[in-house]
Amino acid sequence: MHKFLIRSFVSSLVLLFTLTVAAVAKDVKAAFVYIGPTGDHGWTYQHDVGRKAVEDAGFKTTYVEGVPESADAERVLRQLANSGHDIIFTTSFGYMNPTNKVAKEFPNVKFEHATGYKREHPNVATYAARFYEGRTILGTIAGTMTKSNVIGYVASFPIPEVIRGINSFTLAAQKVNPNIKTKIVWAFTWYDPGKEAEAAKALIDQGADVIAQHTDSTAIVQMAEKAGVYAFGQASDMDKFAPKAVLTSVENNWGPYYVDRVKAVANGTWSQKDTWHGIGDGMVVISGLDSQMPSDLQAKVKKLQADLASGKVHSFTGPIYDQKGNLMVAEGKTADDGMLAGMMTYVKGVEGDIPK
Amino acid sequence: MIVDINFVGLIIASIMASAVPLILASCGELITERSGVLNLGVEGMMIIGAISGFALMTVTGSLIIAVFGAMLAGVLISTIFAFLTQTLITNHVATGLALTIFGIGISAMIGKNFVGIPGKEFPVLFEGLKDTIPLLSPILFGHSIVFYFAFALPFITSYFLKKTKIGLIVRAVGDSPESASNQGINVRFVRYACILYGGAMCGLAGAYLSMIYTPQWIENMTGGRGWIALALVVFSTWNPIKILIGAMIFGGLTIIQFHMQAIGVRIPVQFLTALPYIVTIIVLVVISRDSRKIRLSTPSSLGKSFHKDN
Repeated sequence: MHKFLIRSFVSSLVLLFTLTVAAVAKDVKAAFVYIGPTGDHGWTYQHDVGRKAVEDAGFKTTYVEGVPESADAERVLRQLANSGHDIIFTTSFGYMNPTNKVAKEFPNVKFEHATGYKREHPNVATYAARFYEGRTILGTIAGTMTKSNVIGYVASFPIPEVIRGINSFTLAAQKVNPNIKTKIVWAFTWYDPGKEAEAAKALIDQGADVIAQHTDSTAIVQMAEKAGVYAFGQASDMDKFAPKAVLTSVENNWGPYYVDRVKAVANGTWSQKDTWHGIGDGMVVISGLDSQMPSDLQAKVKKLQADLASGKVHSFTGPIYDQKGNLMVAEGKTADDGMLAGMMTYVKGVEGDIPK
Repeated sequence: MIVDINFVGLIIASIMASAVPLILASCGELITERSGVLNLGVEGMMIIGAISGFALMTVTGSLIIAVFGAMLAGVLISTIFAFLTQTLITNHVATGLALTIFGIGISAMIGKNFVGIPGKEFPVLFEGLKDTIPLLSPILFGHSIVFYFAFALPFITSYFLKKTKIGLIVRAVGDSPESASNQGINVRFVRYACILYGGAMCGLAGAYLSMIYTPQWIENMTGGRGWIALALVVFSTWNPIKILIGAMIFGGLTIIQFHMQAIGVRIPVQFLTALPYIVTIIVLVVISRDSRKIRLSTPSSLGKSFHKDN
């Protein structure tokens, strides 16, 4: 009886504690600032899926979409900070300076900036995903599945993020098929379905039978479906847009990170850090593999995925040479994060020049 | 690169496909402007057409309802413009800009539930003939009905304006609404009709994008094509055949610059991407430099409100 009393006392204390924490947790308000519309089915759409996960975890959220990367961003951030938000996620590279500037004025509000590197104040954290790990998998598949040995790649803008993707993709494709050529077309847009489709069509007409993309819309996989070639989904699972063409997709999965960070604010354990998560942490997700891929390739891809997750394999393992034949990464070494973050040269095997 | 004759045919076919929305919207806007009304809402009407077509296709499953519904949506939104500019005599430029902003906003609102849904396949005509004639086959066969309509439209428009009585009335209203009114023409009615027709064509252009060209809905998917269509009307000096030429050059250079990139031509990519805009303007200015003809084809009362004292 005595034991029972103590037990029930302890358990009610635990319950009370949980309830209190839960009640506190409910009070945390998170805000999200988006560069595009939530209806882009790409970059912003995936961030908004993450926001909904935060909402499902029991927190209040708000978002502002289509915020230009200018003085407007500052105004929006200040307003969000003023209106009782405890944590604000700024989800585009160009918000870097506005985020740091406003963070200084609101030391009690936590700021989380995606894909940037400046953390000038203790209340600013940064986060990004190692999408290039996903591209290592796509390159392996592309190099194996191509028959023409010409792989098309629709790129958006010449920034390190995109160059890193092209390099990671090409290195992986060369590894399984030394004869491949990666043809790159710059669309100079993140999303314009018409333009993206035209870029993909040009690559297909020139003999590419696998198309990769670093732009956001589903127009490219649809064009690939029409032309009877293979393609990969970007940012979200695009299989239903092109069931025959899409071999797999690399998905951006921000939800778990967002929930973690908002919970950390609720628990009072939030601290500044720089997060760069990949397949291992589940921020980069590989969608289901298409049954058109031979079973040995599927097995190989699954193993590669596990090795990338565990860190056994690194996307940029030496020897890696640039286009002129200069050594970038020595044999047995891997590229460090500093090199990856500022990568602005093509590796050997990529055709053409980076637009200046 | 192997210069295969069918490869050339394929490129021309993709150029034509990319020119379709520009031709449709420009020819519609041309009639509106010929009646003396400047409607800067082309982009807004196109995007309304795009979402209406896609939404109706998804909800009803009928492509016919979707295509005509998109045109009707274009008509409805242009009715707002017509009512404001013709009945309430508001400023054309300001109202047109407002129409574009309104269209983009409301399409995004309606479109929220249609993001991430794949479109349906749109039937193409004469697909069986696709491999019969080298070079010409990919150009002539295997396209949607909207494609064929778009390439007939400049000629129909030209004939309509030059050879028919109604075409003459439209031009008269655009050149001198006072004289037309004195002749017993109901200026307001003619302008209403021309605005609504322009809306229908822009709606169709939008539906082509969301249902046929890239069958999906995403926000802002018209990507500024409405503005290009507007520019084509002006630079072609209100001549439908020159619109066709301009749209083909614009679409052509967009696609050829991608091909040049893929081949590895060493020209700065930024220059290549700017090329369609620059060359289209230069060519249209050069082919339309006859000032007498420009005077004849420019609607003299373009953008001016007409207020008839009853």
